[in-house]
Amino acid sequence: MRDCFIATLTELAGKDPRLMLITGDLGFGVLDKFEKKFPKQYLNAGVAEQNMTGIASGLGLEGWTVFTYSIANFPILRCLEQIRNDAAYHDVNVNIASIGGGFSYGALGFSHHATEDLAIMRALPNVCVVAPSDLWEVSEATKALASSHGVGYLRLDKSHAKTDTPNEKFILGKARKLREGNHLTLICCGGIMEETLVAADQIKKDGFNCRVLSMHTIKPIDEEAIRSACHETGGILTIEEHSIVGGLGSSVSEVILEGGFDCSVFYRIGLRKGFSTIVGSQKHLRKVYEMDADAIYKQALSLIKKKGT
Amino acid sequence: MDTLQLAKKIRCHALEMTSKGGSSHIASILSMADIIAVLYGSILKVDPKNPTWAGRDRFILSKGHAGAGIYAALAERGFFPVEKLLTHYQDGSDLSGHVSHKGIPGVELSTGSLGHGLSVACGMAYGAKIEGKSHRVFVVLSDGECDEGSNWEAILFAAHHQLSNLVVIVDYNKIQSLKSVSDTLELEPFAEKWRAFGWNVYEVNGHHHHELTEVFSRLSPSVKPSCVIAHTIKGKGVSFMENSVLWHYRTAKGDEFDKAKKELNQ
Repeated sequence: MRDCFIATLTELAGKDPRLMLITGDLGFGVLDKFEKKFPKQYLNAGVAEQNMTGIASGLGLEGWTVFTYSIANFPILRCLEQIRNDAAYHDVNVNIASIGGGFSYGALGFSHHATEDLAIMRALPNVCVVAPSDLWEVSEATKALASSHGVGYLRLDKSHAKTDTPNEKFILGKARKLREGNHLTLICCGGIMEETLVAADQIKKDGFNCRVLSMHTIKPIDEEAIRSACHETGGILTIEEHSIVGGLGSSVSEVILEGGFDCSVFYRIGLRKGFSTIVGSQKHLRKVYEMDADAIYKQALSLIKKKGT
Repeated sequence: MDTLQLAKKIRCHALEMTSKGGSSHIASILSMADIIAVLYGSILKVDPKNPTWAGRDRFILSKGHAGAGIYAALAERGFFPVEKLLTHYQDGSDLSGHVSHKGIPGVELSTGSLGHGLSVACGMAYGAKIEGKSHRVFVVLSDGECDEGSNWEAILFAAHHQLSNLVVIVDYNKIQSLKSVSDTLELEPFAEKWRAFGWNVYEVNGHHHHELTEVFSRLSPSVKPSCVIAHTIKGKGVSFMENSVLWHYRTAKGDEFDKAKKELNQ
């Protein structure tokens, strides 16, 4: 996702001389081309995320389109108040690209696990929260955030779902249907979509069709897609590489309850055990915390049986 | 514009505003009133009729708790009617206790949490520099605010990128929220710290208009950003507020208000 993001941003920078990329001293070897091609549109703020975000806001107030870049929690948690007060309150076009959503940097330890970011960023007013699931979504979301007013949070993952390039228009806030089905709906965001699609294909072999929605935009969330999913499939399973508190699953459940939608079965797949203290790759940690394809498959099957077809 | 008159008006308005609304920070406003008067009265290139004029100098009050002073200066400069000032801190007003840009022409940045203004100013100054624009960016910091680590990130950045179009003024009244700066987190040797970080540093009497005007006018063309350390007296202009920690938060009411008003009008 990272390389796809940078490639898209490089393309955008060529068209807009007032697009600035600011890194918090991360992106070894990845940002070189961008820097070389657009030296006036590239800035390394050093290991200083608060200042990086303040600078981005200052440029945003002067009409620039800005992307800040760092990994995991660094570009959001360390500088959360700068995002809230300086960027979001002033409604500037500052977009925060975080490389390494969820357990992307699993073996590096808890400091590098971005597992509360969606919840935290979703709580801020004037912030659009996006977690693409495949490379097409990464590219389209980058373009959409660059051209839309206000603050964007772009959560990029090490993994991504291997999908065909679709013939459709990407719209922030509009879910994509990756699989048709009426026995259950799997709503997913981020690279963990690769696990979700494997699970959906496995269930198909058991004779059940799961609708799969890529809810790439967690905020504003696509309420209509959730309503249709409830109405047409009667049950929802959300999947996110994130705490079950406050992220995609919470957001979907809020829509269902407030909308009074008919959803007889509902479950959130996500991190339920607080901090992860286990060393391991993204794949390993997904398995340990029961969010891999096998766990999704079992949970989906259980919900379908509970609901009755 | 007569900056001494402007300073007097800022002080009087601020006293009325904070007393009527029951807000704090009158001493912080009195401390910086002369700096603000000199900036808005004779230094800043701004146009009240066109507050978003692209060529204007940018001014950020990072010590947002002294916002009433900025509102007063802007009103006196004609950015909005003076009558609006008395809505300060009232239900439904645009004029919040900490400075806000929403609905207030002339305010560049809403602040209130300390340690934000300088970084945003760095962004503005950096953008102006790489686009070859000639306007300057001014920021007023409090001394207590220099406890914030984010400022020191920005101080490094501004020197590294040679933001000579950036001017910081520190309102150095040496008293912060609960105690003196020395009793809280010592800043001295303060000027040396800024110099060591690569800034041009000027020390002035922050209540002396000629000194302030002179220093803002002679900031030399340089590759370095400029820091004006303005030595000030917290609560300046009201005898019983001067150098008193109490008036960081206390609101003047009744006799105290009358006495303060009388002193400021002298």
